[in-house]
Amino acid sequence: MGCGDKEEKMPERRKFLFDMVRGLGAATVGGLAWTGVLDGKKVYATILRPPGAVPEQEFLATCTKCGLCVEACPFKVLLLAKSGDERPVGTPYFQMRENPCRMCRDIPCTVSCPTGALSPLLVSNSDEQGRARLNVNLTKIGLAVIDRETCIAYWGIQCDACYRACPLIDKAITVEYTKNERTGKHAMLAPVVHSKHCTGCGICEHACVTKKASIFVLPRELAMGESSDRYIRGWDNADEERMQGLSDETTTKTPRSEKSPLDYLNKGDL
Amino acid sequence: MPAFREFKFLALRRISQISIMLLFVSGNLLGWHVLRGNLSTSKVLNSVPLTDPFAVLQIFAARHLISGEALVGALIIVLFFGLIAGRSFCSWVCPLNMVTDLANWLRKKTGLDASDNGPVISRKTRYWVIVTSLAVSLATGLAAFEWISPISMLQRGIIFGMGMGWTMILAVFLFDLFVKKDGFCGHLCPLGGFYSLTTRFSLVRVRHSQEKCTLCMKCLEICPEPQVLPMLGKTSSAVVSGECTNCGRCVEVCSDNAMKFGTRFFPGENKTSIV
Repeated sequence: MGCGDKEEKMPERRKFLFDMVRGLGAATVGGLAWTGVLDGKKVYATILRPPGAVPEQEFLATCTKCGLCVEACPFKVLLLAKSGDERPVGTPYFQMRENPCRMCRDIPCTVSCPTGALSPLLVSNSDEQGRARLNVNLTKIGLAVIDRETCIAYWGIQCDACYRACPLIDKAITVEYTKNERTGKHAMLAPVVHSKHCTGCGICEHACVTKKASIFVLPRELAMGESSDRYIRGWDNADEERMQGLSDETTTKTPRSEKSPLDYLNKGDL
Repeated sequence: MPAFREFKFLALRRISQISIMLLFVSGNLLGWHVLRGNLSTSKVLNSVPLTDPFAVLQIFAARHLISGEALVGALIIVLFFGLIAGRSFCSWVCPLNMVTDLANWLRKKTGLDASDNGPVISRKTRYWVIVTSLAVSLATGLAAFEWISPISMLQRGIIFGMGMGWTMILAVFLFDLFVKKDGFCGHLCPLGGFYSLTTRFSLVRVRHSQEKCTLCMKCLEICPEPQVLPMLGKTSSAVVSGECTNCGRCVEVCSDNAMKFGTRFFPGENKTSIV
């Protein structure tokens, strides 16, 4: 290459470039493997986070795994995932069947979080002066779900363990009285969970008498559906409000939707 | 039995490392308020927050914000090590240092060291690991190193329970023992790299006196980052590289009083020495 003093300089510059390219290459190889490993950390759909946890993806990013929430828990209920626990390592979680959340009024776990992964604002409402006040009943750890096939109350056997245990009795869990059609003369006292009030504290799951709990807490994203915009409970004024601001443009596109609905009904080729 | 002066800093470092861990453990088990949390984020006396600044950097790279309290904690750490203490986190705080020092000691005892220093790995690799961890944080939306860091595994394991975290720590130990001398702390660890970069202008430094040096090279042999000692026997100056961990091993082993703790300023010799 070149001539004269250029030859003296080139090897050094070239070595530098080679080093950069090699470093970049190695970093890319390592980075791809690393990304692959981390990608697997994101899918723990059933994990139950402490009160006031921000949405899971944000939580995984902002939790520094310091364990201050776990230390703050006066009932030693919150656990810090160890490597090998099949949960995102170092992050806090509940095991409701073993030890449910006791719903402390001062929510020490949430308040202790130094990074904002647990946000007190998510479990507060404002008082008369407009100041935020902690309200543990706003907690949404998850939602209790009942397996009606194994719940003995749904068999017709009298059991109200979960109902009685619920800290928001008659709000989060109510009992529905119906006639036991099988015997014709007994009542069924079936527990029903109401998502508006259920905090996911897991005390019902802990109290359930069946071998494996027939009422159990799942993260809300997992346990709940979402109603579509096009179905409105016309008999409910509050629900009518959901119609505000909706576009009337149809989004369903099938071969049938291209024809006019009138044609479709009148032509007889159903 | 060597004289106490030959391992006084080593003893002080172990006391420092172990008592910091014990304070964290007592915070978790006994509810003491001196030091709670762990090395990622902690609270001193229930008031002063401390945060791992490299973790905060990764959270930013992952496109997330963090509370002001955590930012203040990170700032305190950056300022303390960056302006005063140098890269002493690695040798005076980090518990993994005890694991890798054990590996290094075994290398010497078993003669593994004499035969081979292991494959050529550039000491600059750690800076590439920093770049990679920030890139992976950006790609995954997770603070990348925090999920695989053996330092986190060890210190969190000590404080909250180890689980399967020991596999990672054993891997680092065996890597340092059989594959590469000072392999993890001196070549790969991005946290060490982060502190190397941020403590270049810190105050507390080891100072070398050329007049006293007899070129015995004991300091160079014991130093975990020997590239920071290019001045041996040539000039009297402070060790200015951010890669020096202020572990003080060189000071201890020097039988000529040619290595002393001091500051980066005041080139006058012994009068500025603080030890």
